[in-house]
Amino acid sequence: MFNTDELVINMGPQHPATHGVLRVVLKLDGEKVVDADVVIGYLHRGIEKLSEHRDWTQIVMLTDRMDYCASAAANLGYCETVEKLLSLEVPRRARYIRTVLAELQRIASHLVWVGSHAMDIGAVTVFLFALRERELVLDLFEEFCGARLTYNSMRIGGVPQDIPPGWDKRVLKFCDIMDEKLAEYETLLTRNRIWLGRTRGIGVISGPEAVAIGLSGPPLRASGVRRDVRKDEPYAAYDEFEFDIPLGSRGDTYDRYLVRLEEFRQSTRIIRQAIEGLPAGPVLGKAPRLIRPPAGETYHANESPKGEIGFFIVSDGKSTSPYRFRVRPPSFCNLQALPRLIRGHLVADVIAVIGTIDIVLGEVDR
Amino acid sequence: MEGQLAFYVLSACILGFAVLVITARSTVHGILFLVLDFLFVAGLYVLLQAQFVAVIQVLVYAGGIVILYLFVVMLVNLKRPPEAHKDRHRRGRLGVALSLVVLAEFVMIALFGYVGPGVGAEGGGLSVRNVERVGWMLYTDYLVPFELASVLLLVAMIGAIVLARREL
Amino acid sequence: MIDLIVIPLLQIVFVLTGVLIAVMYLVLLERKIQAWVQVRLGPMRVGPHGILQPIADVLKLFIKEDITPVKADRWVFTAAPIVVLVPALIAFAVIPFGSSVSLFGKKISLAIADINVGLLYIVAVASLGVYGIILGGWSSNSKYPLLASLRASAQLVSYEVAVTLTFVSVILTAGTLSMVGIVNAQFNNGVWFLFVQPLAFAIYFIGGLAETNRAPFDLPEAEQELVGGFHTEYSGMRFALFFLAEYTNMIIVSSVATTLFLGGWLPPFPNVRALAFLYYVPSWMWFTLKTLLLLYLFLWIRATLPRYRYDQLMRIGWKVLIPLAIANIVVTGAGKVLLGS
Repeated sequence: MFNTDELVINMGPQHPATHGVLRVVLKLDGEKVVDADVVIGYLHRGIEKLSEHRDWTQIVMLTDRMDYCASAAANLGYCETVEKLLSLEVPRRARYIRTVLAELQRIASHLVWVGSHAMDIGAVTVFLFALRERELVLDLFEEFCGARLTYNSMRIGGVPQDIPPGWDKRVLKFCDIMDEKLAEYETLLTRNRIWLGRTRGIGVISGPEAVAIGLSGPPLRASGVRRDVRKDEPYAAYDEFEFDIPLGSRGDTYDRYLVRLEEFRQSTRIIRQAIEGLPAGPVLGKAPRLIRPPAGETYHANESPKGEIGFFIVSDGKSTSPYRFRVRPPSFCNLQALPRLIRGHLVADVIAVIGTIDIVLGEVDR
Repeated sequence: MEGQLAFYVLSACILGFAVLVITARSTVHGILFLVLDFLFVAGLYVLLQAQFVAVIQVLVYAGGIVILYLFVVMLVNLKRPPEAHKDRHRRGRLGVALSLVVLAEFVMIALFGYVGPGVGAEGGGLSVRNVERVGWMLYTDYLVPFELASVLLLVAMIGAIVLARREL
Repeated sequence: MIDLIVIPLLQIVFVLTGVLIAVMYLVLLERKIQAWVQVRLGPMRVGPHGILQPIADVLKLFIKEDITPVKADRWVFTAAPIVVLVPALIAFAVIPFGSSVSLFGKKISLAIADINVGLLYIVAVASLGVYGIILGGWSSNSKYPLLASLRASAQLVSYEVAVTLTFVSVILTAGTLSMVGIVNAQFNNGVWFLFVQPLAFAIYFIGGLAETNRAPFDLPEAEQELVGGFHTEYSGMRFALFFLAEYTNMIIVSSVATTLFLGGWLPPFPNVRALAFLYYVPSWMWFTLKTLLLLYLFLWIRATLPRYRYDQLMRIGWKVLIPLAIANIVVTGAGKVLLGS
């Protein structure tokens, strides 16, 4: 009877809830989202191109700045890829320390995620609580490598220095605190009917679809697909530890929330095993002074907090920089699912879905 | 004495704003003047010791019905002028004719139907038992009109829902 | 002459000043309480522990540049915040802050005007406040504030129905519409209406949260949401008025809840002889205490709960609260008939 037009709304790039400079152009039919067009590139800094003019060791610093909430994961992925090219063996102690760092990083990244996701949906207090715990993680990192956000914490062959005295005890103490505080977040959110109303059934994606789109990490696992690089292709010291992979069943926002919450617990579990079993030994393998991998190419993947982060490096054997340095960023690949996830939902759910995919624009744009 | 003065002041305001309602250039302004009119009418009711009706006037009329008018006016595009009829004076002529009819009606009422003051007088208790009196009347003498009005509102609501829905 | 003009005038000036100061400090209280819940301190710099912060805020808002959008309707744009604030302020005319005080030999009631339809007056005045929101969004001449303001006003109107229905239950229980009369009814029955009408209180409080656009029903004005909210184009003093109106509404809702359900100015257990010493505390202090308690509840809820999506919000108002309120009326009525009171 009446003809209605579709409304086009632009969200971002400056917006309080898009977690960075993300631009989403929404096509609405009333309140329902008909289509979404994601525009990225506002944070592109040319990291991959820059890497072609840096030493292999200097690139570690660049990898920090992609996903700045999970620097250690990118550091680790890059170093291991180059070690694969060099066929370099990393000492056992270094691998254990790397695992601890990676899991601490996972906790820190998930804390930022839970805080900002809850804050976007209205529960502001959770953000403050999460950051309170994150301060403890940042203090631990600062003790170890001197930085709070962009760690530059790994070298090709191991870690740059050994752990400070007493650091392991402080890490264990942090794990105890973390497990306790997790109960606080659960009380505020997990069975809160408003939270359930805002996250149940929102942004549903089935297992096969998730695989087809290229999701990885918690979004993939929440859809029921059992894929975790730490178990499927173990790296660092993960094959020596016991831990579970939380899986969801419905693939909605609430399941992604539960999966990441459980990953907190598994991370503290891994950290405890690593610290308690920390072997003695050197922390840096026998890497050459001037790193110059033989000609060849390789791909190596890690399980970063956001998903599967992969590094494809081509070396020409002659120069001191890679010939080609390509990152498979989990946030970029997960973000591709955004239009698919919010189609049919209301405008107010867009924020919830962006939060649940857990993206960092630094990684999306590089 | 004060009652009379108040009555004249209120009436002047009511009439003044009523003229503004019709002559306002923007429809939204006209509606706002209408709201003010209703508030002054509520003042008149207070003068008549009918406080309950006064408050209901504000609550229902000014605070409910006119808000819905506003919604409609704001959402519907009223910028296009109405299509002009062939006869340009048609509107003026119709307006004058209708006004004459209404005037004739008033004259008839004034001559034959005027009910002077003093009817239905119930002195001091009226103020306090306002609500009770209205309630009794609604549920005894005026029950049928009351129910009819409710059904009318229900029909209007259902009609609006049917018009607005896309799929049930 | 004195009784007719001077005393009411004094009462009005007193109440208005008190309310405006209370609103300013309520803003500070909210920031402080939210901060303490969130493991931080809140405003600390202006004055000891931030006590003078509201003055700094008012000063800042006064001296801000006055921006009016180019095509906006200037009169309505300026009038809208006033239309939101004035009804909130005049609702205080019927709120009984206490029983009465003796000043200069005259007995002055602590309710400015105890009219016989006091409760309805508050509802009527609250319904007028909706205009300010609609006009604010419309006069900005921009489609997003308009849509947001229509959504906000639809929310207000829906919850007004539920709130008014709870008033009916209270009126049934008290037998009068006058605010002072309701407090007296609680005195005569010897029990606060909170215990007689717990469901009505719950519905009223939730409806009050929605009426004042407070969390968890604050979607229309949340910053994280897509559409800017109806006061996007407002800045400076005009924005301050919207802000003030929201907090004034909060105080009104709390005051009305105190009067209707928590016994107004009465101390706890008002009829128990053994607790008669409680009457030594002035009546307005009891009133203030109870209102502060409810205000704290407002702030606590905002710090804790996430916010509802708009459709969920409307669903709760229409499909949950209104049927419950109607059921409450039926049960109250039946109870009255059966108990023969």
